[in-house]
Amino acid sequence: MAKIKLSEKKIQELKDVCKAFNNEKGELINVLHKAQSLFGYLPAELQEIIAKELNVSVAHVYGVVTFYSFFTMQPKGIHPVSICLGTACYVRGAEKVLEEFKRQLKIQVGETTPDGKFSLSCLRCVGACGLAPVVLVGEKVYGRVAPDGVADIIAEYNT
Amino acid sequence: MKTIKLIIDGKTAEVPENTTLLKAAKTVGIDIPTLCYFELKDMNIENRPGGCRVCVVEVKGRRNLAPACNTMVAEGMEVYTHNIRVLNARRTVLELILSDHPAECLTCAKSGSCELQSMAQQLGVREIPYQGEQSKYRKDTSPAIIRDVDKCIMCRRCEMMCNDVQTVGALNAVNRGFMAVVAPAFEMNLEKSPCTYCGQCVSVCPTGALTEVDHSRNVINALADPAKTVVVQTAPAVRAALGEEFGLAPGTLVTGKMVAALRRLGFDYVFDTDFAADLTIMEEGTELLDRLTRYLKGDKDVKLPILTSCCPGWVNFFEHNFPEMREIPSTAKSPQQMFGPIAKEYFAKKLGINRKNMIVVSIMPCLAKKYECQRDEFKVDGDPDVNFSLSTRELAHLIKASNIDFSSLPEDDFDNPLGESTGASVIFGTTGGVIEAACRTAYELYTGKKLEKVDFKELRGLENVRHATIDFDGLPINIGIAHGLGNARKLLEDIRDGKSQFHAIEIMACPGGCIGGGGQPYHHGDSEVIKLRASALYREDAGKPIRKSHENPFILELYKDFLGKPCGEKSHHLLHTHYFDKSAGVFVEE
Repeated sequence: MAKIKLSEKKIQELKDVCKAFNNEKGELINVLHKAQSLFGYLPAELQEIIAKELNVSVAHVYGVVTFYSFFTMQPKGIHPVSICLGTACYVRGAEKVLEEFKRQLKIQVGETTPDGKFSLSCLRCVGACGLAPVVLVGEKVYGRVAPDGVADIIAEYNT
Repeated sequence: MKTIKLIIDGKTAEVPENTTLLKAAKTVGIDIPTLCYFELKDMNIENRPGGCRVCVVEVKGRRNLAPACNTMVAEGMEVYTHNIRVLNARRTVLELILSDHPAECLTCAKSGSCELQSMAQQLGVREIPYQGEQSKYRKDTSPAIIRDVDKCIMCRRCEMMCNDVQTVGALNAVNRGFMAVVAPAFEMNLEKSPCTYCGQCVSVCPTGALTEVDHSRNVINALADPAKTVVVQTAPAVRAALGEEFGLAPGTLVTGKMVAALRRLGFDYVFDTDFAADLTIMEEGTELLDRLTRYLKGDKDVKLPILTSCCPGWVNFFEHNFPEMREIPSTAKSPQQMFGPIAKEYFAKKLGINRKNMIVVSIMPCLAKKYECQRDEFKVDGDPDVNFSLSTRELAHLIKASNIDFSSLPEDDFDNPLGESTGASVIFGTTGGVIEAACRTAYELYTGKKLEKVDFKELRGLENVRHATIDFDGLPINIGIAHGLGNARKLLEDIRDGKSQFHAIEIMACPGGCIGGGGQPYHHGDSEVIKLRASALYREDAGKPIRKSHENPFILELYKDFLGKPCGEKSHHLLHTHYFDKSAGVFVEE
């Protein structure tokens, strides 16, 4: 087992989540969903606890976590940046916007800046295709974003 | 059961419902090629993820080709297994797999036994039309197994073995798409995972993605060093399988030829692990009787059942998964590790040489033995009791590389004193054999009577978990047997939950026991091969003049000369061990 860094209270919370799903193997994805919404991400020690509670191997839990792009082992930044790569956004240049975010934040998709401020992810269609390409920062939606507008968006949160 | 009639390549097949097209085709003599599919009949082991698509066939009326391994028969189906559409698709599938596979066949450890290679030959692939990026991953070397993930074709056989059969849970598919690999949790190295080194992943891997750590070179160097006395010991299961590597029929016993080959390779003394197996019975049998007698006298502290401890994969398994029960297994070392100190502390002294100038090599059907001989508790001042452990396959390579014509070799005998063995020790190599050998000795020691019938047929067979009651002259002894770690887990959980009624349990990590070990010639899913190896060992046992371990004259001499009595002070020091809690510190490094 990993050296547990989570507090006893948090561990209990996690065990309660597993219990709410009757510690069923088949509920692994639901448990991970709930755990991620509680903790923000799924660090190794958390996966080990879940594996133990559901009586599955840690390798299996890790396999599921790494298969679904929704799950992350990286703590999200204070301002999670999501770029829509759905069809409409993509054809209107979302990829160039993504490249610009990567360049300016100096991180890859799925990573968080060392200061913990920004994290970068991609998603598929937020249902605002009229505004393509779309970028989300936290809950806030930015429409018709061009690469040269990226710096301004970042600056908004960099004060 | 309902019977289904269908037509395959113009032939009418009649099979029970829920039969796959692959098996239905076999009944009419049609052999559809497969790659990811794997089956060990009678052992409940099957892998059919339908992932590689090499086995696709055309089913009339269906738009897409169907994987034969994973498609069930239906009434009136018309199936084509090698029309032009199928052949083209099959070849394209293989070309695509090969386009992300390193073309290193010339130097690959699996070359010659690789199923991907033979598939490319069978389908006549002469060039790979698809060129592009290839997936790259770091190579992971553990004490026994090498993972070269670049050669993995994601057939998931290893995953099936590691999880469904062995319930070890070291390997799982992680990531997705092009980035997907089979790896331990958090993509740590195998050494940091709960891997037991049973090697069953290696024995089913169709390519060179999983192979053993090869110590042949170290052995060749030792043989070439005139300052070293090189001693070899051979495990029982090796003699029942080595012949397969030289084209002999499975189940051919090659004990004599193997000894002759080892002598020609230059080993100074060719000894038998069977001798140490007899020694194991003396120690383990005495321990069993001691615990049993104390238990019958009402000693509440005595731990029963006693579990065998000859199998290093099994030892690793309970150290990782049931550390709280590590007081239950016998403390007797495995035969390999009993042989080591007897060679270096007893035989070396007889020869008048320093133990550091003696190299002990073991030939094993096993990969976990490679790890076992490296364990710190089996070393004296850094000098291991057993220096190197080679698999049956590695020995075959060594013989071939040394220009030895195996089939024309004479039948030689082992050297003495550590080469003499009984029938009891020979059957150590198959599931049920260790406990049968123990019963032969324990019965006579406990009852003081002569055992009239030495064959305990009730302990033999290949069922996953077996139990039998042996009559010790009025005292019924309940015996449990499991082979395969998933089956062992069931017995262990029963013990933990207080549900076990057994006095003694034998466990072997590999399906079939050592004859199906991770270091044996590849059986490619043919369970008949494993059965034939088992019957070869029983044949060798039946033909031995002495069939009970405690009647081995050299064992008796060893106790008289050197060890004293079984489980005595010297034995305790040299032949017994202790176990560790390995459930901690496995995954995440600080």
